[in-house]
Amino acid sequence: MFKYTLQRILYMCMVLLIITAMCFVLVRMLPPAELPPGDPHTEVVEARREALGYNKPYMVQFGIFLQNVFTKFDWGISDKLYFGRDVAQIFFEKLPVSIIVNLYSILFSIPIGIGLGIFAALKKNTWVDYLLSTATMIVISVPSFVYAFIIQYIFSYKLGWLPFLMKAGTDYFTWDMFVSMLPAVMSLSFGTIAGFTRTTRAELTEVLTSEFMLLARTKGLTKAQATIRHAMRNCFVVVVPAIFGSFIGVLGGSLIIERIFAIPGVGGLTINAINGRDYPIFMLTTCFYTAIGLVASLVVDISYGFIDPRIRMGSKK
Amino acid sequence: MSNMNNNYERIPQEKFEFVQMDARLHDKKIDTKFRSFFADAMLRFRKNKSSVVAAWILLFLILFSLIVPMASPYDIKDRDKLYVNFPAYVPAVAEMNLGILDGSKVYASQNEASMNYWRGIAEETGMNPVIKIVDTTTTLVKYRGKMVERYTYTIEANRYFELGCVYRTLSYKQFEELQAWQNETGIQVIYPYVESKDIMDITDNPNLWYEVTDTKGSAKLDADGNLIPVYSTRKEIEGAPYNSLRIPGDDGSYIYSIAKSGSVNVRVCYYNYYRYMNEGREPSYIFGTTSMGEDLFTAIGVGARFSLIFAVLVSAINLSIGAVYGAIQGYYGGMVDMILDRISDILSGVPFVVVTTLFQLHLAQKVGIVPSFLFAFVLTGWISMAALTRKQFYRFKGLEFVMAARTLGASDSRLMFKHIFPNAMGTIITSCALVIPGVINSETSMTYLGIVNISDFAGTSIGTLMSQGNAAVTSAPHAMLWPSIFISLLMISFNLFGNGLRDAFNPSTRGVED
Repeated sequence: MFKYTLQRILYMCMVLLIITAMCFVLVRMLPPAELPPGDPHTEVVEARREALGYNKPYMVQFGIFLQNVFTKFDWGISDKLYFGRDVAQIFFEKLPVSIIVNLYSILFSIPIGIGLGIFAALKKNTWVDYLLSTATMIVISVPSFVYAFIIQYIFSYKLGWLPFLMKAGTDYFTWDMFVSMLPAVMSLSFGTIAGFTRTTRAELTEVLTSEFMLLARTKGLTKAQATIRHAMRNCFVVVVPAIFGSFIGVLGGSLIIERIFAIPGVGGLTINAINGRDYPIFMLTTCFYTAIGLVASLVVDISYGFIDPRIRMGSKK
Repeated sequence: MSNMNNNYERIPQEKFEFVQMDARLHDKKIDTKFRSFFADAMLRFRKNKSSVVAAWILLFLILFSLIVPMASPYDIKDRDKLYVNFPAYVPAVAEMNLGILDGSKVYASQNEASMNYWRGIAEETGMNPVIKIVDTTTTLVKYRGKMVERYTYTIEANRYFELGCVYRTLSYKQFEELQAWQNETGIQVIYPYVESKDIMDITDNPNLWYEVTDTKGSAKLDADGNLIPVYSTRKEIEGAPYNSLRIPGDDGSYIYSIAKSGSVNVRVCYYNYYRYMNEGREPSYIFGTTSMGEDLFTAIGVGARFSLIFAVLVSAINLSIGAVYGAIQGYYGGMVDMILDRISDILSGVPFVVVTTLFQLHLAQKVGIVPSFLFAFVLTGWISMAALTRKQFYRFKGLEFVMAARTLGASDSRLMFKHIFPNAMGTIITSCALVIPGVINSETSMTYLGIVNISDFAGTSIGTLMSQGNAAVTSAPHAMLWPSIFISLLMISFNLFGNGLRDAFNPSTRGVED
């Protein structure tokens, strides 16, 4: 198991390196951001670009880039959006907001989602189950910006309970801030709740019909006991990795929701970097999103092995 | 002995004979009707009520997106500069006073002065913007030492009528054409000019044609409570001769235009001017207008048409690439499988937004925005399809019929595409029905975020419409509402339909029901 995990981590690092290299070369192939004419910083920027190897072969540039990242954690200097500021610094200013909003969302939606899923599974083939399954299907299908619209229109405009946009400032743990984050948190939650409801329901219905459940009932356990002690534990083999996955996904924020509610997070930074052609920021967010995706899938895969002793990872049959 | 062995291949035909040519088989004949796999699947699909409903809705939405852009009187390039983010309005329905499609907007706390302003528009153009007074509140105010009752109203106004008159600068030729059109149709477009010196030097309100008491434009009423017209009669500033319809009460002295450096400045009733500009058609917007002044109904059709065609195209390409890639992976296995798997691992690790951006930055200049958007989808889109095909190939390649075909000497490609692939077809096609909504969703998100702007190519897209609508959520909720409803319905019905298909085609559920 340990060896397998190590192998997977090494493999992941390799994939990350290759993707970074590809994106890096593609980004560097683009003409670098032009400086405003007569800008006093022109010489400094030119010198810096020279040091980053802008006129050398791409692989040399990539070497310099990696060296900077690994030795000094220097991801470059923003040359458009936040002129002259350290990219990593900007990034870490933005990160907490994304994490907090998404964390609220999943802390709120995972219990609800799992609860509804269990409820639907226990009431299998009754109207409750059909209702929940249909609702889940519908909620999963509808894009998140539609929820954002509904919430903004009903709660922020018609009822006036919530603010339209997130409050500016860095006081992330005050009540005002929490309220101003609520629309975004709610918009994000719909999909997560529905996702967990579906997974839990699907797993639990399958477990509930298995033979060991019948055995458990036969030897005298009540339905509740059998469900909690036997069915739930088996069902969580699938649900828990999904929880881990969404906790890692928290880091990334959401491109669309952050834009709609003016959340100064990583997602917004990415979109701004793309639309403003700020390549150093774009490069950093690219690596970040790639890493998150890879780590999430790795954690999900490996956690199966840790949670369920029956699953032996990496063994040859 | 060896001789005989050699002759096995050359046994004369007449030496063969049927073993049981005349013998009767006592096996019971199969008397049920033969049913093909697809017919069977269709039967099961039809049992799934929600999927059937979804299929019908889907058909309706597809037909909507194909027919509307062609049948609509509006083109996506028809952009009105003033009817921007206006609510839904259809003249014929609005006349019925049903409270729908009447272009109405609720204005709260309107005082007497603004009620007179509405009245001014109604009296001059003959089109009353006030549909109804929803609510009247009475307040007692101290005015010049006395307690006076003041009324404030909440009214529902027709935004199309409310616009009233606007100033337009026309060339002499245009002015003559407009007059000719007026004579021909009998619709009054041009209204007499009002000089700003007569209305307390107000220059930015073309709807004032009556005497005002202050610079805010409050009307001055005569003894009978009527508005007092202040139309200009100064012939010396008239821009061009006017030989057309005159408004009631005009004795021929009012001037209808003023000179303005080689052209004329006129006051036109915008509603009628719109009819003049649009071949006599009244403004009629079933869903209202967008923030660009396009007809939202047409715009949704145009956007959806692009989304659907694009999604089908992407799915078809991804299906082909994925099927071939997965077939090679699954059939050859071993080293080939491993190498190809690593390649798809790497490609699938790149976030979609990054792929789209890089393709836009590199290729949009060379091959256009839409093709580079398509490439972005194709680059990573086939991976799930390949994985699916690979799984199916692993499942089927060891089976007896494949071995039999191999024994008979079938080539690799024949085995792959003639023998194994058709068995995997059902699963692949049904997953395609679930890939299409995914593509539409990503496409909508990317255009919503403005990372890709396909408006030049396709006119508009649902994502663009929604991001425009989102900017005016409070003032024009319809601009967000209809695209939201459309995209939600499309996604829901596609997913329900796809799930139904998958259940119907999935052989593992065969015979489970009943």
